[in-house]
Amino acid sequence: MEFMKPPPIRRLTGSETVAPSHDRQPVAAPPNGHGAANGNGAATAFVGAQRRRVAASSLAIDRMQVEELSVAYGRKLAVDSVSLTIRQGEVLALIGPSGCGKTTLLRSLNRLTELNQDVTLKGRITLDEADIAKLDPTALRRRVTMVFQQPNPFPMSVFDNIAYVLREQAARRPKRGALRGAVRDALSRAGLLDELPDLDHPALKLSGGQQQRLCIARALAANPEVLLLDEPCSALDPQSTQVIEDLIVKLREDVAVVIVTHNLQQAYRVADCAGFMYLGELVEYGGATQLFRAPRQQRTKEYVRGEFG
Amino acid sequence: MSAIELPVPGPAPGARIRPPESPPWRLRDRLGLGLAWLLGLLFCAVAVAIVLYFLVQGIKYVRPELFVTNPSVNASTSVATGGFLDPLLGTLLVTALAMSIALPVGIAVAVWLSEYGRPAALARIAESSIEMIAGTPSIVLALFGVLLFESPALGFLSRMSGGVVYGRSFFAGAAMLSLVGLPLVVTNVRAGLQAIPNHVREASYALGKTKIATTRRVLLPAARPSVLTGAMLGAGRVIGDTAIIVVLLGGTLTFNSAGSVPLLSTLQGTGATLTYYVFYNAPTGEGNQPGKAYAAAFVLLAIVLALNVGVDVATRRSRRLRWSS
Repeated sequence: MEFMKPPPIRRLTGSETVAPSHDRQPVAAPPNGHGAANGNGAATAFVGAQRRRVAASSLAIDRMQVEELSVAYGRKLAVDSVSLTIRQGEVLALIGPSGCGKTTLLRSLNRLTELNQDVTLKGRITLDEADIAKLDPTALRRRVTMVFQQPNPFPMSVFDNIAYVLREQAARRPKRGALRGAVRDALSRAGLLDELPDLDHPALKLSGGQQQRLCIARALAANPEVLLLDEPCSALDPQSTQVIEDLIVKLREDVAVVIVTHNLQQAYRVADCAGFMYLGELVEYGGATQLFRAPRQQRTKEYVRGEFG
Repeated sequence: MSAIELPVPGPAPGARIRPPESPPWRLRDRLGLGLAWLLGLLFCAVAVAIVLYFLVQGIKYVRPELFVTNPSVNASTSVATGGFLDPLLGTLLVTALAMSIALPVGIAVAVWLSEYGRPAALARIAESSIEMIAGTPSIVLALFGVLLFESPALGFLSRMSGGVVYGRSFFAGAAMLSLVGLPLVVTNVRAGLQAIPNHVREASYALGKTKIATTRRVLLPAARPSVLTGAMLGAGRVIGDTAIIVVLLGGTLTFNSAGSVPLLSTLQGTGATLTYYVFYNAPTGEGNQPGKAYAAAFVLLAIVLALNVGVDVATRRSRRLRWSS
């Protein structure tokens, strides 16, 4: 009864690499027409699903620059001198096993890491050439907004969820009518407007996928330059995931999108650029096609082939 | 073709499913279960008995005129007659006043404990202080209140004659009663805030909102059922308190205002509440008119029960809409 035994647990320790084993096939989605046509080295390469993007955007503009960033929680190093560029017009996917520091990297991009008290940061992050450490965090977070793993609409109406973002703090609260246009605009950018019975619908009564798109709409309402997505689909069903992936690809023209995901197929589907993180290091960073189909590093190769993680 | 498989027909709906091979419970377990059932039923019986007894007594003695007439002391027989209009209004007045102190202070303390909690040492001290207040018998609070409100500095809150501060007034009673309600407000609001998943806070911060804006516009609205629960439980406790009323409200069965400014004079003056009215008219009290005591107790119980139902409604509504954790 060979199949009753659980597969052996593979672990990488330090920089030591595990020899590729031959008794396991890479985990991959069933190949479909497009994926098979694109991939020519099927034996070693990542067999992905159909990519959602039509073509790489030619208008990619550098928006954020991460330079030698290290983040530590107390004495534990979570991100180890990572450098990368975030461009508008591109979707950057950060992949890697749990606890590899990709969420920490994402959270340091809008200084959410500061909410933890024992966090220390080294290195520099710039947004349009300005050091984000010198920006007001609330102003920064309006320019670099974030969507979380769990759908978390606020317990109020759909309208109020978006209006909350639009209303500036301490300023005189604008009237409902003045915000209506902007609210509808944000909802339609997230593709949610047509599905809503009315704008006063309680946000927590929407379905999970709709809630997550409301969260995206909320993040877009601030008119950000960078949109951070922390595993936005991990709590959703495949259909909602598909809708959100389409949305992500559509959004990259207006905002730079960074997505953290555990789902390699998803990263392959939506990303133009990809970074593979492992134990806090950015092991490999480059175009998504190259990273998934012809990874340069041994560890990347093993990870995208599904040998560990 | 059809990928959907029909579910295997199970036992009829409502039929009890018993694993055939599971051995019967041991005797001790069965006795324990029986005892638990018995005690549970006993507890229900006590609750039902109290409510039924006062319902019956109440219906027997409650007369509409009790609600609209004031107690009046008959000088010749020194027996109070009349209804409990002023004590009823006094209950409402003193409760509203006490909760208008306890609610904002309690919410502020709960927000500070739950959302800030720094410096940590101070937060710990605040926490144990609240526990201590919650555990202090209200008669002790009442005595402390007498000391406090008889001081000349606080004389404006009660009656003053010839430089001597009387120290008994609605203000004095409500201030001490707010301490009775405060711990319930703090614990409930705090629990409500802590039940909000952290990612909801972070979502608000990630949209460029400050901590204060997040607390005010997201967290407190989300914790509204808990705030309501705390307010109602606190109010229930305040309504039911007698010791502070007896000591600090002056023990006059009708409003006895001090001063000339309309509302302020009432608050500076003395009065009574339904609890005091019950205490006064109980067979052991000075008034000794059990019928009126029963009627007032029934009204008191009805108010507190209504508050409890309100708590139930508030918490049930809160359970309906939640985030996935």
